[in-house]
Amino acid sequence: MLKMIEVDKVTYDYSNNEQEVIALNDITLEVKQGEFVVIIGHNGSGKSTLAKHLNALLLPTEGDVSVKGLNTKDEDKIWEIRQIAGMVFQNPDNQIVATIVEEDIAFGPENLGIKPSEIIERVSDSLKTVDMEEFRHKAPHLLSGGQKQRIAIAGVIAMRPNCIIFDEPTAMLDPSGRKEVIKTIKKLNKEEQITIIHITHFMEEAVDADRVIVMEAGDIVLEGAPREVFSQVERLKELGLDVPQVTELAHQLIQEGIDLPHDILTVDEMVMNLCQLK
Amino acid sequence: MSIKIENLTHVYNPNSPFQTIALDDISFEIKDGEFVGLIGHTGSGKSTLIQHLNGLLKPTSGKIFINDVNIAAKEVKLGDIRKNVGLVFQYPEHQLFEETVYKDIAFGPANLGLSGEDIVTRVRESMDLVKLPFELLKDRSPFELSGGQRRRVAIAGVLAMKPDFLVLDEPTAGLDPKGRDEILEQIKNLHQQVKNTVILVSHSMEDIAKLVDRIIVMHRGKVSLMGSPREVFKEVEVLESIGLGIPQITYLMKKLKENNINLKQDILTIEEAKEEIIKWIRGNSNA
Repeated sequence: MLKMIEVDKVTYDYSNNEQEVIALNDITLEVKQGEFVVIIGHNGSGKSTLAKHLNALLLPTEGDVSVKGLNTKDEDKIWEIRQIAGMVFQNPDNQIVATIVEEDIAFGPENLGIKPSEIIERVSDSLKTVDMEEFRHKAPHLLSGGQKQRIAIAGVIAMRPNCIIFDEPTAMLDPSGRKEVIKTIKKLNKEEQITIIHITHFMEEAVDADRVIVMEAGDIVLEGAPREVFSQVERLKELGLDVPQVTELAHQLIQEGIDLPHDILTVDEMVMNLCQLK
Repeated sequence: MSIKIENLTHVYNPNSPFQTIALDDISFEIKDGEFVGLIGHTGSGKSTLIQHLNGLLKPTSGKIFINDVNIAAKEVKLGDIRKNVGLVFQYPEHQLFEETVYKDIAFGPANLGLSGEDIVTRVRESMDLVKLPFELLKDRSPFELSGGQRRRVAIAGVLAMKPDFLVLDEPTAGLDPKGRDEILEQIKNLHQQVKNTVILVSHSMEDIAKLVDRIIVMHRGKVSLMGSPREVFKEVEVLESIGLGIPQITYLMKKLKENNINLKQDILTIEEAKEEIIKWIRGNSNA
């Protein structure tokens, strides 16, 4: 499979109060085209710093980042890179620029110099993808958080990226808003074959990923399929992270000598396994 | 010392095409020393409701009694109310503005007209409560602290006012699990120490289940459910129909029942679930 993103021995440091902070420490990572990768880690672990390297918002102090073979250090390619790798931030209010939904979504394509008839088409397509067509002529500030975040996503999709980096897109949303956004992200991955890099604190959101990456102090400390990663309950807790409640329950039951697999991630799996003990 | 809300209605932009009824004839009482969780999806009226509790919004109609004083009445001094009711907004760290942590936390007490010494004591105490080391951080700029620390500085600023009622609007939004657990632990400890009345707005059913005595569920400007966590989380269908959920562990017990494993349904924590399941398995093997 083709490589979407290559992070090669990247170190990023900056000084704060004359103190040197190493935000990323010699990180190497590859993301394949079409992959759905979730990055978790506590605040300050380097997740967002890494994310900002993936579309050249930050440049490595050492090492290289390539997006579809384009090195982010190559200034001539920077706009191309940002068109390939779009980014959605935590707070949709910081990302929405226009006072009408369709104008907001058209903003990106307009800046690419695309002709108006195609822009209209892209706006319609993007709204359809995020399931917000009926809000086309509404004002973004009158929408709910989940709806606003979907508009922000539509704005990114209108740029026709191959890859989207989501930096805690659900942190400010209520449970139903969170569900809407996660559903949209999964759809982009499955139906539009967009490569997804999703940063989150909500472990339930990592369950369906192809791969989970755990960061700590600027390093990748765990990496693997969700089942492999979440079965390491003790290790994750040491890192100040959560596991889904049922995974934790399974872990505790196993310690009590009950015969259950270590890699239970969902309520349904737990129910199935307990039914077999009947 | 209680909060009593009587027939509270709030209409935004009345008599205009944008008229919205945010609160629709709400009545309830919160007793002194209670820890109440307020849940509801975005737009359900939670924030409008809590902004009434310290007079930031005035009711369109209805009454709000704080310690038996109707704060909607004209003659009430809002300054007195705000000393009693501390409101921690969402993302309170956005409101930090001073040059140092000390000055930021001292801003409220200084405005109460306290003496210099009292102010120092209050700042020190509130920093202790949220586990921020006083000597180490007092002269630092709040803007160079981590997100979790900034949040705690902002909360300390409200605690320094020593409010009888503490209202927190999603105090853990955007924090990582460790930061979240720390802040909730500190709120819980404070509540146990000084028996203050706490109203916690949260989207995390797991956190609500762990902490509160009583839950108030808001939907479309009305109170749709009210009761202990065990009572409220039994109403899965109602909660789901208004865009809310129940803790995953409670949901597990419900699913088990649907699969003919009949265990206690009002389970709220992993520990309770573990006990029930072990009891059931051991019962099976003895049978």
